[in-house]
Amino acid sequence: MMDSQTQPAAVRARGIVKSFGTGDTQVTVLRGIDLDIYLGEMLLLVGESGGGKTTLLSAIAGILDIDEGDINVLGVPLSGLPTGKRTTFRGQTMGFIYQQFNLLPALTAAENVAVPLLIQKIGRSDALERAQRMLDRVGLNDRAEFLPKNLSVGQQQRVAIARALVNEPRLLICDEPTAALDGPNGQKIMEILREVGRSPSRCVIVVTHDSRIFHFGDRMAHLTDGRIVSIEPIVREGTA
Amino acid sequence: MNYIALNMLFGDRAKYLMLLCGLTFAVMLIVQQGSIFWGLMIWSQSSISNLNVPIWVTDPGIAQVDEVKPIADTSVDRVRSVPGVEWAVPLYKGLLRARLSNGEYHQIILAGLESSSLIGRPAEILEGRFEDILQPDAVALDQWAVERMGGPDVMKVGTIFELNDRLARVVAIAKTQKSFTNIPVVYTTYERAIRYVPRERRTLSYVLAKAKDGVPVEEVTRRIHEQTGLGAFTAEEFGWKTIGWVLKNTGIGINFGTTILLGFIVGMAIAGQTFYLFTVENLRQFGALKAMGTSTFTLARMILLQAFTVGLTGYGVGIGLATVFGFLTARSGGLPFIETWQLLLLVLVGLLAICTFSALISIVKLARLEPAIVFR
Repeated sequence: MMDSQTQPAAVRARGIVKSFGTGDTQVTVLRGIDLDIYLGEMLLLVGESGGGKTTLLSAIAGILDIDEGDINVLGVPLSGLPTGKRTTFRGQTMGFIYQQFNLLPALTAAENVAVPLLIQKIGRSDALERAQRMLDRVGLNDRAEFLPKNLSVGQQQRVAIARALVNEPRLLICDEPTAALDGPNGQKIMEILREVGRSPSRCVIVVTHDSRIFHFGDRMAHLTDGRIVSIEPIVREGTA
Repeated sequence: MNYIALNMLFGDRAKYLMLLCGLTFAVMLIVQQGSIFWGLMIWSQSSISNLNVPIWVTDPGIAQVDEVKPIADTSVDRVRSVPGVEWAVPLYKGLLRARLSNGEYHQIILAGLESSSLIGRPAEILEGRFEDILQPDAVALDQWAVERMGGPDVMKVGTIFELNDRLARVVAIAKTQKSFTNIPVVYTTYERAIRYVPRERRTLSYVLAKAKDGVPVEEVTRRIHEQTGLGAFTAEEFGWKTIGWVLKNTGIGINFGTTILLGFIVGMAIAGQTFYLFTVENLRQFGALKAMGTSTFTLARMILLQAFTVGLTGYGVGIGLATVFGFLTARSGGLPFIETWQLLLLVLVGLLAICTFSALISIVKLARLEPAIVFR
């Protein structure tokens, strides 16, 4: 882990409260979350199902409105941004890796990787060229023209990683990136994520249940019942 | 993003084809039924168009061209005396029975044209010389008479048959527009026509007239009506009057209107439902795009592009199929099929309305979509 805590937090969340439903059926999912995430680190969000991990991730990504609190990402107060500006900000600064990959089935691997660039209105040929380079970095240079259905699940997740990183996001958000993969594939994906995704100018947040990949993170935040009960550095062999 | 939208559309081939089929079916149904309907309307006024004269004068209470209300013989001279009238000639039109040499009877429409000018004669002659109807007992037939009265072996130039116990000898066969009732037309001179029919007090069916050059035809019809008290119509007015009568007094309008409306509703239902399902099934993908920074406006544009692409493709295929149908069925004259640009434009507008409506339902869904769906 880098000595990042000395610099300002890339993500600063304070007093986050989020509820769903109304009246008797209202459920409070986040109950006053405070969290700092720094550039250069990979933070793992772990905890029981229903503990609020994905809700917190959605809030940090600015794709879910919160009821109370403030979220500041890279110096920008997300809660105060109008929806349109928040969408643009997200497109420019964030990359996403989903549990179900969410690749567009009609597009080739290279086209899927190029999508964030096309959203940023970068020309198609430039976008595809950059997508091809990104696919090279995740070891899929020979699969650029393949449709997702013709790729293995591990390869599909590598395409998703390439897509998440192609526009050089400063915040990489990963929701259960290994949940749909078997053990070896999960390890491989995390290795790629660590090798390609980590950078001093980027922070990575990973929501996971998979204890086999805990050692890839720098810090681990435990969420239980909508509260962060602990944040600990991860001690790897040889670094203790 | 257009590229992504089109790939999403074409990539789901089954749904794309279902959408395309729905819209194609709707377009084909509307164009086919609309063209047949318009063909029937054109047929209903073929008695007017076949004679190709600019002004029709008759009883003021007339409802349509085939409902003959005889007027006084002096009407011709009265019309001729109206300022702005270049010429006016009599026309006899009435139903009669023809008896063939083989003993068969056929109902025919007898048209008597003014003999010195033969104004109102068909424009195209298939066989013989139309002027020969000036010869004794001579008549000309339209090609539908040949078809309905026994075919070319029975009815041809030189064939003799009887009209009200008087001889009629075929000297020409003319090409005309089929009529709504498809009753064969027998042409002869006005004088001979009124000898063929039983004696009536009034025999003049219509006065056909033309306005002088430089005088508007509408002005002349107005003057004729004011000065003679007769009904005077331009050919176009009389045609619309006839169409109006057919629509009001037969079930054709309701019948075809219902089919066209059903085509529109079915097309809208199929397209709307399928397109909505298409969007719903792709919600995660749209959610992912939204999470990655695609604005709702861009997503709406993508949806509209998808809707209009499939809509315009369906429009093209539907019109193509309807046209082929029309070409195959109408070339023999068996079915009236007239495809007009107005109908095609109307269908295009209707189709774009269907597509817009379908797209709007999906856009509303997308606008409400929380991109957080991608994490569920």
